[in-house]
Amino acid sequence: MRVALFVACFDDALFPATGRAVTALLERLGHDVSYPPGQTCCGQMHWTTGYHREAAGLARAFTAAFEGAEAIVAPSASCAAAVRDAYPRIARAARDAALARAAEELAVYELTEFLVDVLGVTDVGAYFPHRVTYHPSCQSARTLGVADRPLRLLRAVKGLDLVELPAAQECCGFGGAFAMKNADVSVAMVADKVRHVRDTGADVVCAVDNGCLAHIGGALSRLRGGVRVMHLAEILAGTGPA
Amino acid sequence: MTGAPPGPRTPAGAPGARGEPGAGAAPPKFAVAARAALADTGLRRGLRAGAAAVRERRSAAPEPADWEDLREAGRAIRDGALLGLDAHLEELERAVTEAGGRVHWAAGAAEARRIVTGLVRAAGAAEVVKSTSAVAREIGLNGALARAGVAVRETGFAELVAQLAEDDPEGPAPYRDRARIRELFARRLPGAAGGPPGDPAALAEAARLHLRERFLGARVAVTGANFLVAETGTVVLLESEGNARMCLTLPDTLICVAGIEKVVPAWADMEVLLQLLPRSASGAPMTPYVSSWTGVTAGDGPREFHLVLLDNGRTKALADEVGRAALRCIGCSACLDVCPVYERTGPAPYGPVRAGPIGAILTPQLRGVERAAEASLPFASTLCGACADVCPVKIDIPEVLVHLRGRVVESRRHRPVPTPELVLMRGLAWTMADPRRYEAAVRRGTRWARLMSRGGRIRRLPGLLGKWTEARDLPAPPPETFRAWWSRRHR
Ligand code: SF4
Repeated sequence: MRVALFVACFDDALFPATGRAVTALLERLGHDVSYPPGQTCCGQMHWTTGYHREAAGLARAFTAAFEGAEAIVAPSASCAAAVRDAYPRIARAARDAALARAAEELAVYELTEFLVDVLGVTDVGAYFPHRVTYHPSCQSARTLGVADRPLRLLRAVKGLDLVELPAAQECCGFGGAFAMKNADVSVAMVADKVRHVRDTGADVVCAVDNGCLAHIGGALSRLRGGVRVMHLAEILAGTGPA
Repeated sequence: MTGAPPGPRTPAGAPGARGEPGAGAAPPKFAVAARAALADTGLRRGLRAGAAAVRERRSAAPEPADWEDLREAGRAIRDGALLGLDAHLEELERAVTEAGGRVHWAAGAAEARRIVTGLVRAAGAAEVVKSTSAVAREIGLNGALARAGVAVRETGFAELVAQLAEDDPEGPAPYRDRARIRELFARRLPGAAGGPPGDPAALAEAARLHLRERFLGARVAVTGANFLVAETGTVVLLESEGNARMCLTLPDTLICVAGIEKVVPAWADMEVLLQLLPRSASGAPMTPYVSSWTGVTAGDGPREFHLVLLDNGRTKALADEVGRAALRCIGCSACLDVCPVYERTGPAPYGPVRAGPIGAILTPQLRGVERAAEASLPFASTLCGACADVCPVKIDIPEVLVHLRGRVVESRRHRPVPTPELVLMRGLAWTMADPRRYEAAVRRGTRWARLMSRGGRIRRLPGLLGKWTEARDLPAPPPETFRAWWSRRHR
């Protein structure tokens, strides 16, 4: 299958390993991966902070960059949610019927949705001999409804010891600009998330959103928490000892 | 009084003597007000315990099989009520009048205060008993009555406590545990010192004895309303303590104050709403007291019944296609119970209208977004969506939050001096509109960020990003972006 990769601006600059991992994983599964060079940013940040005109401009550019793609795969649930859930609203707010139509034609999938629903695989042949816990980010769990797809993928990873995260459904406090605009509340939230992560005794906490991971990881790093954050794709890409 | 110990929902200040928007010093932004709340360890403990208790009650009493159908029916009923609001309100007025009551229309808070104060004066009362009412707080009724020389006797437990403690009605509510309430009662309620410390039943009994006398002596009562049934002119009130029922039945004059959005078309609609509200409010399938009151009946209950219908920004909210969903609210507080922000800040930073997620979407609509306090409310959320999951009338709170953020930004777009944020966001949008500009900016940005880093992490950033690094590191960006890696690989 021909897969157009959508790498969020945040991931492009700060977490390039995630995009590389998705490329390796999908190619290992025998698919043809492309990276449409016209992509920049989906406009999520502008939309959620209230800059709706600017978001509409970015959404138009995004739909043009991915026009005609058979399947668009994003290793970022919040960006996939922006395209699928927010674009129709952005188009409505901008009274832009052409954008609404263009958005409707985009087949965008969050990585775990694509693997489980479209490709029908849960065992991707990965090996990762570590104790891992999973944080279901709000956009993946609530907006996209990926449910247990990430967990099913993790359970099939050889060597991986999956431990349940207490109060997993609770938001980590990132929320994009919220982390800055309401920094004190945001920190109070991530403090509890970090406590739960550490209670699991996991070596690695993973998720399908690097924004949340940067937040949880940033707090863990400041506290020398001794737990690594990793995008799920990087775990799934690992094949371990040859 | 059924003796509910004070939960975390003790309202922000004694139901407030707050004036019109714009009166007095400007209230602080959410983030500033939240700081004090976050530092209050007692409040934090209380809120945490409250949230845990609600979660437990919810999981102990699973949703009925038809819950989703009920929610959809509730949404439809409330949407229908708002869609034909004019007609339903006219029908309500007709029905109330036919049943011997009187309807008063108040366009704003000041008019509502004037009407209620006038009615109390006309009844010749120097004292009123009052049950918990969000609308009374919204319009600052207590302060107005006090200024008119009328003593307000709060009969809800939380409000009674706040009143006995003489809390600053403008300030945040200090958190009180049972021991502190017992001490307060011992000081302020003669003969209430008994009972073991922290025994909720003893506290409830003390309040009950105190209130009983107030009720028997009261000639005027002021209440809110959960629903107003247009068809029959009926006020419906749900509560767990029984004090509102006393207010409805004992005094000579009953004054109900309610927002115009509380109307529902038909009595039959209560079938759905009376299932949705209790479960969402407390996790229990039923509310201890459901009272409904229609007009005046000879020889039974109040001899005068007044219904004060308040607009105060609601018509304006109704005109907003997206924002109007907030008016569907049935006031269950389920969204507060699951909100991770509210769980940490409590009610005070949201101001006097409504707290929690619903407050964040309702207050800016009712009061406007000109002032920083109201403008900051739609941003007081991570958009996690937990609220929308539980709302019994399916209000998509995150959607309304984002919509209102847009309104805040628009309202500030044409200022003579643009906000720094506007300059930044416009600049970013311009940069990202072109892949080459974007690539160059990322290259510059990551190089700069690597210079700021030590040992693979960034511990301090300037400007707005400094808020991030107050308590969190940022990883140093790797030397090669994904984009650069891709083009190197495909060269
Ligand atoms: S908005 Fe909140 S308080 Fe209102 S009905 Fe929905 S959950 Fe209940």
